[in-house]
Amino acid sequence: MKQFITFVKKEFFHVLRDRRTLLILFGMPLAQILIFGFALTNEIKNARIIVIDQAKDEASRRITNRLAASNYFEIQEDVMDQNRMEAAFKEGNIKLAIVFPAQFRNDLIHQNHAQIQVIADASDPNTATTLTSYVSSIIQDYQTELNEGNGLPYRITPEVHMLYNPQLKGAPNFVPGVMALVLMLVSVMMTAISIVREKETGTMEVLLVSPFKPMWVILAKAVPYLLLSLVNVLSILSMSVWVLQLPVAGSWLLLFAESTLFIITCLTLGIFISIKAQSQQVAMLISLMGMLLPTMMFSGFMFPIENMPMPLQVFSNIVPAKWFYIIVKSIMIKGVGLEGIWKETLVLCGITLFFFLISLKSFKIRLE
Amino acid sequence: MTHREPVISAEKLTKRFGDFIATNEITFEVYKGEIFGFLGANGAGKTTAMRMLCGLSIPSSGRATIAGFDIYRQTEQIKRHIGYMSQKFSLYEDLTVLENIRFFGGIYGLDNHQLKSKSEVLIERLGLQAERKKLVGELPLGWKQKLAFSVSILHEPRIVFLDEPTGGVDPVTRRQFWAMIYEAAESGITVFVTTHYMDEAEYCNRISIMVDGRINALGTPGELKRQFNEPSMDGVFYQLARGAKRGD
Amino acid sequence: MRILKFLLQKEFRQIFRNRAILALILVMPVMQLIILPLAADYEVKNINLSVVDHDHSPYSRQLVSKITASGYFRLQGYPASLKEAYHLIEQDKADLTLEIPRGFERELIRDGHQQLFIAVNAINGTKAGLGSAYLTRILRDYNEDIRMEWMTPTRFQPVSTIEVVPSNRFNPLLNYQFFMVPGILAILLTMVGGFLSALNIVKEKEIGTIEQINVTPIKKHHFILGKLIPFWVLGNVVFTVGLLVSWVIYGIFPQGSISAMYGFVGIYLLAVLGFGLLISTYTDTQQQAMFIMFFFMMIFILMGGLFTSIDSMPPWAKALSRLNPVSYLVEVMRMIVLKGSGWADVFPHLCAMLGFAVILNGWATLNYRKTN
Repeated sequence: MKQFITFVKKEFFHVLRDRRTLLILFGMPLAQILIFGFALTNEIKNARIIVIDQAKDEASRRITNRLAASNYFEIQEDVMDQNRMEAAFKEGNIKLAIVFPAQFRNDLIHQNHAQIQVIADASDPNTATTLTSYVSSIIQDYQTELNEGNGLPYRITPEVHMLYNPQLKGAPNFVPGVMALVLMLVSVMMTAISIVREKETGTMEVLLVSPFKPMWVILAKAVPYLLLSLVNVLSILSMSVWVLQLPVAGSWLLLFAESTLFIITCLTLGIFISIKAQSQQVAMLISLMGMLLPTMMFSGFMFPIENMPMPLQVFSNIVPAKWFYIIVKSIMIKGVGLEGIWKETLVLCGITLFFFLISLKSFKIRLE
Repeated sequence: MTHREPVISAEKLTKRFGDFIATNEITFEVYKGEIFGFLGANGAGKTTAMRMLCGLSIPSSGRATIAGFDIYRQTEQIKRHIGYMSQKFSLYEDLTVLENIRFFGGIYGLDNHQLKSKSEVLIERLGLQAERKKLVGELPLGWKQKLAFSVSILHEPRIVFLDEPTGGVDPVTRRQFWAMIYEAAESGITVFVTTHYMDEAEYCNRISIMVDGRINALGTPGELKRQFNEPSMDGVFYQLARGAKRGD
Repeated sequence: MRILKFLLQKEFRQIFRNRAILALILVMPVMQLIILPLAADYEVKNINLSVVDHDHSPYSRQLVSKITASGYFRLQGYPASLKEAYHLIEQDKADLTLEIPRGFERELIRDGHQQLFIAVNAINGTKAGLGSAYLTRILRDYNEDIRMEWMTPTRFQPVSTIEVVPSNRFNPLLNYQFFMVPGILAILLTMVGGFLSALNIVKEKEIGTIEQINVTPIKKHHFILGKLIPFWVLGNVVFTVGLLVSWVIYGIFPQGSISAMYGFVGIYLLAVLGFGLLISTYTDTQQQAMFIMFFFMMIFILMGGLFTSIDSMPPWAKALSRLNPVSYLVEVMRMIVLKGSGWADVFPHLCAMLGFAVILNGWATLNYRKTN
């Protein structure tokens, strides 16, 4: 045990001496949580649209005013005819165009029926759908107001209640997601690189010939990163509570314990990569290029997993960040206790054990 | 000796890193065709001084010229006329022997004809015919060092700087290495070499010994032994280094 | 020029000699490009719905079957109370719950007005927004049906209706992959270029070969060019392979000018490589370079408009995204691939990118010191 502590101390010296890396290590998660927490949002607002009003009558103006008043849209004034519309779409300047036909009000009054054309840039399908439905509902409101006097019978009105995140802010979704992502990559990369580095410079051999069990050498390298990551967890959480105003609904202690578990999972994964990789560059490429996008996508905070094809849904189960994301979301936002997330916790334990065992096994093989 | 032209002349050359004075007002001259041994304990400031002379590091104060060029303003001209072999092995391990020779020859501006003939001569002289297509990383250390030295004088520089060129090399290879140094010196290249081996110091025409950033002794090995009243260079070095405050 | 030739020869040799890295560079992006768009499907369907039906009337059943028939929703059961329904949401088994009050049918006919209660799990804003939008649309249609049923005799009441005729340009089938593939390709290209160049000079610093280069009379810009060009070529190869993959597998072929696309990507690569080189001139170890690159990559990717719309960001973030080269590439790729834009349309982006390339490479060259 005393030897182990000696090793851990040495690793701490390594880590603490490299000030620049340390700064990045602590600064990065903070900056990211802040930027993403404030900037990222799934909500669509301020979309640039144009109104091509061929009618220029009272009805079309009323609707246009309503569109302008909502903060979903920003009406661009400079494009007014259909020819320029094409170019504006191609230059990417507008997302949607609304065309009022000539005689709009006339049709509405005399035939009780009029059409409005809504042309959306569907290269982004969801934005197109959402914007179209915003336009429809604004027009619907106008229509209801128009028919006020007549009193529509048999009216069903839905009362929609948004749970957990009534203002549809980005933070409740992104904070747990970014937290999973940052912790994962930092812990995996740090361990993987620092071990492979010792292999490259040859100091690993010195450690391996010491009378100390080789696996302990590796574990000692992981301890400082565990502690550093825990500091990161604390700082990320404090940021989200005090700056992003996103309180932890459940138990802090539980959240901290689960984070520790997740970090350990990542560390074992990092150790596994380091045993397999021969050079720092390979370790980095695997842990970054190979893991950044998949972790982003398969953790479920960007894209709903249930939409994916079956094989990918199965695959997502081996992405540790997916389980951690569910856990953090449950504790932080929904205020669930251990009874609600024990299954996810078990899965993380299982993954950790798995990586630990295969690292142990492949490590032995290397030494023979 | 005095009528020979100096190719390196340094006057009160100093390098500070914050409060730490790595090299403290060193003054010396090195003459053409000479083998100049630059001695000192670890941390005495040898590498720093050498890096300044090569144009890798700008001095904090003092003056120096290398092959007639000023080390403040004319670092790029200096680089044309010097060769350098660093303490860290510095050929590309993932290139072959031939590729390394051609690369370094090429960036010193040798033309194709020169490259071809020179690399042939070099490979033959080192006896590397069988290894010419081998990656440098696969060669034994001694061969790598000899190759690195040969590459550093491929472009026929006026001065070559060698920073502990024989560290970790076996005695036989060491002797061969020194034979190569003599050969280079005879062809008119000035050799500026740092070493920790006192027997190697005896091979030099003149040596200087640095202690705590200063040059405390300068002269031929014979002169120094007489001056410090010691039978061997080992003794001279030990007398000087004992007084050092810095070290590992 | 001759010196540049030697530098290029050396860099290419080193790249091709290191098979592990080369394979990673070429295979990993292709694999990700094949798999990730399948995963990045944000077409909102399969929304899990639970219905708390206190009414159990023909009307309520009719409503539920209309909702399930829409194809957007998957019925996850009929919990007995709202409390149970909330529990389902808490466990992520349902995203949405619809409560139909007791006496819904009776009172709708008698009073002419009824209210339904919908609760949405809003942690994920997009899903919540779209889900509730779909559900309200279905309710409206259903409402219309009922009105028709009861109002037929008095049909000729003067009720004005405005019909909204939506049309979807550029991607009429609303295929989400059309949207994601060009964006993902943009990200992969950025990662390959950025990481390789960031690690390269630092690696020479770490193993010490840079010293040997620094004592030679090589010009700084030759050295930087010698590093830039090989990765630029490699980046173009990766990009071309990526385009082929997206054509063969997803049937996505650029609608617009291919020359404009390569023109832009060429300049873009210069900018990204320059950024990588800049980082490598500021760092001493590969580990540091990696972390700094990672930091910027995360921000570039998440703020690049690939996953979330830049328009919706607060003004400061929007301004910041103008400094993010990735946002330009994602935009240009989508414009050319999906909208059929050409040189003229991407000209402003091109100029901006040229600015990035010049500034970043100039800065890197200035900051690379042979002497210090």
